[in-house]
Amino acid sequence: MAAAASTMLDSLPAPLLRALRLKTKQQELLLRVSALALIYVLAFAVRLFSVLRYESMIHEFDPYFNYRTTLYLTEHGYSEFWNWFDHESWYPLGRVVGGTLFPGLMVTAALLHRLLRALSLAVHIREVCVLTAPFFAANTTLVAYAFGREIWDSGAGLVAAALIAVCPGYISRSVAGSYDNEGVAIFALLLTFYLFVRAVNTGSLAWSLAAAFGYFYMVSAWGGYVFIINLLPLYVLVLLVTGRYSQRLYVAYNCTYVLGMLLGMQIRFVGFQHVQSGEHMAAMGVFFLLQVFFFLDWVKYMLNDVKLFKSFLRITLTCVISVGTLALGIGTASGYISPWTGRFYSLLDPTYAKDHIPIIASVSEHQPTAWSSFMFDFHILLFLFPAGLYFCFKRLSDATIFIVMYGLTSMYFAGVMVRLILVAAPAVCLISAIAVSATIKNLTTLIRSKSKSPQTTGKTTGSKAAAKGAVDQPLPFQHNVAVALLLGAFYLLSRYAIHCTWVTSEAYSSPSIVLSARGHNGGRVIFDDYREAYYWLRQNTPTDAKIMSWWDYGYQITAMGNRTVIVDNNTWNNTHIATVGRAMSSYEDEAYEIMQSLDVNYVLVVFGGVTGYSSDDINKFLWMVRIGGGVFPVIKEPDYLVNGEYRVDKGASPKMLNCLMYKLCYYRFGELTTEYGKPPGYDRVRGVEIGNKDIKLEYLEEAFTTSNWIVRIYKVKPPKNRS
Amino acid sequence: MPKAAGDAKLLIQSLTKAYAATPTNLKIIDLYVVFAVATALVQVIYMGIVGSFPFNSFLSGVLSCIGTAVLGVCLRIQVNKDNKEFKDLPPERAFADFVLCNLVLHLVIMNFLG
Repeated sequence: MAAAASTMLDSLPAPLLRALRLKTKQQELLLRVSALALIYVLAFAVRLFSVLRYESMIHEFDPYFNYRTTLYLTEHGYSEFWNWFDHESWYPLGRVVGGTLFPGLMVTAALLHRLLRALSLAVHIREVCVLTAPFFAANTTLVAYAFGREIWDSGAGLVAAALIAVCPGYISRSVAGSYDNEGVAIFALLLTFYLFVRAVNTGSLAWSLAAAFGYFYMVSAWGGYVFIINLLPLYVLVLLVTGRYSQRLYVAYNCTYVLGMLLGMQIRFVGFQHVQSGEHMAAMGVFFLLQVFFFLDWVKYMLNDVKLFKSFLRITLTCVISVGTLALGIGTASGYISPWTGRFYSLLDPTYAKDHIPIIASVSEHQPTAWSSFMFDFHILLFLFPAGLYFCFKRLSDATIFIVMYGLTSMYFAGVMVRLILVAAPAVCLISAIAVSATIKNLTTLIRSKSKSPQTTGKTTGSKAAAKGAVDQPLPFQHNVAVALLLGAFYLLSRYAIHCTWVTSEAYSSPSIVLSARGHNGGRVIFDDYREAYYWLRQNTPTDAKIMSWWDYGYQITAMGNRTVIVDNNTWNNTHIATVGRAMSSYEDEAYEIMQSLDVNYVLVVFGGVTGYSSDDINKFLWMVRIGGGVFPVIKEPDYLVNGEYRVDKGASPKMLNCLMYKLCYYRFGELTTEYGKPPGYDRVRGVEIGNKDIKLEYLEEAFTTSNWIVRIYKVKPPKNRS
Repeated sequence: MPKAAGDAKLLIQSLTKAYAATPTNLKIIDLYVVFAVATALVQVIYMGIVGSFPFNSFLSGVLSCIGTAVLGVCLRIQVNKDNKEFKDLPPERAFADFVLCNLVLHLVIMNFLG
């Protein structure tokens, strides 16, 4: 891009330049800064589709919890927030919110809010929350620029900033309203990596300290910090094995590790995990390994005697290895070092979650990634990535090794889980930027060396390239081919920009709490049923009412409906969720007993049969059965299937047709004609006529159904009087 | 066995001889590092005997020592005149970085001490 910028410079009319009286260096700086400023604005603006199309609102599920906690933080102050015990979720257990969340996002938003208030801009905290993710995405472009400059040159940095500003893989998690941990965490991740690479390059303690602070921010923001604490030691190991150990590396890693670990322990949710959990042991092992390595290096330097050193090496190595294995063995055997968690296993082995932890496997964003979504989220970056790897290997340095390792490991994780495409996005953008920048630079030098125009005003690179061109034997049609390739590159990049804008506006800007569809006449139809139902709950139910629903809707009910829920999206207690799953998949009388034992007053189900909204509770129902059956063996999945097939029509199994979930979803549905030319009771999601049209409820009664039937709320009747 | 003992003796002798040539300021730093490591070891042994009950206090004690030692080694690397990698880093700058890191380290330790 720098090369492209310089060609642009030359095309400016000469008098204008003279009038501005800028030296070439200054012009370049001006161009670079203005390009960065434009990228900054672009990164922010492209994420605002959702606000323009819908309204300034929080999206999806988890962000509602984050919003609720941020609201609490701004209203009650920090220490109250830190000690907050939440009665409104996980009834009757409750949740210690202050100690079980990553506070980085909330604190950031609250600080931004306070800052804006101090500048006497009276904004509501909701607007701050909505715009936090785009703001941090814009900041990420600056970090990407700095990172690109550190590993390659400023041209690559600019391209990286431009690519990451619009990369769909990143936009998917950082549109306005997507107020989730990832929004700030990717910024923190990239910042930590940049500062660490900078520390390795300079060997300075100050940069290592900065990297430790970046790591601290990352730990406070997102559980994905485990990626950093494992990638850094892996990187150090690779450098050790390839013989690239340097004392700069020693300074950078040790300082970052010790200070970062200590800072990370200040976050209560993480606590002692840095010294106790198996996921963090690699970093500690490498820390000790580096000490040993350094000590040996020093002794070798002092001794200057190969034979003596060899015997010394033998003694120390045996000692160190035996002590290390002994410590690790004792730690693991005594249970002091906890084994790897299921989440960590499911990252390394994609099939692990499916067999062992249904609650992780049931979340759609934890599924293995399909090829199409790679293409969708990366577009041309997908094939620029290998090209960038080639350039990195061609000019191998400590920094390029780092970015290559970051790229390869994160690509693997992106293949394991859809949501981790997000972590890979910065690496892919940076490596692709190296490919783009290097290619365009080569092509432009070719063109400029051929044209031999005298307009290279004091450009050292230009004259150097010209000299080189004179020495090299030029290939036939070199100039034309270079021009064609350059045009091709610009065509690809513009396609990328178009694709990104399209993806952002079509796929990633939907709040998923307000649904939109195309009507018969092509107009946009808005379904605002969720908020309708939650406001109904807020205004028509007693303040201490307990709502039972599947866990997906827990955060939204507490945040918007302000009512107590049994389970929510913080899936910390599997048994509790399984109890709800069991209630949903039992017959009504059995479910009634469970609901009585949980003090449930209302039951909320989501049903898409009228509108054709496919992610409803009937489609999630098999997961409820699986999770419920995982804890309570009375629930058996085959009872709900017919010949291994999941169906809701007349051929469905009797248990399916009479379980609570089926009844609540299809109550009175048999009377409704949903589509012209179809019989009443035609389910538009499953595309069948339902099997049980005559549903009678004995222990529950319908309380509220939203205008498009998406949310249905039932009241649990009080126990009958004794007769 | 006597051969190994002889080796070890020779080793220590040549090491002490080589070490005698080290500049005094580096020797001071070495002493500082050795002292920090020794303090950490004492704490670990104490933990082994008495138990690790206020775990955060134990951790902050040990990490304070380890952090001090590691930062001391980093400072030693940076001010060492024989070291080619850090030629263009003035010792004043290295010392300022060292002080800054120590400041952060011990502020956090104080917060963590409990």
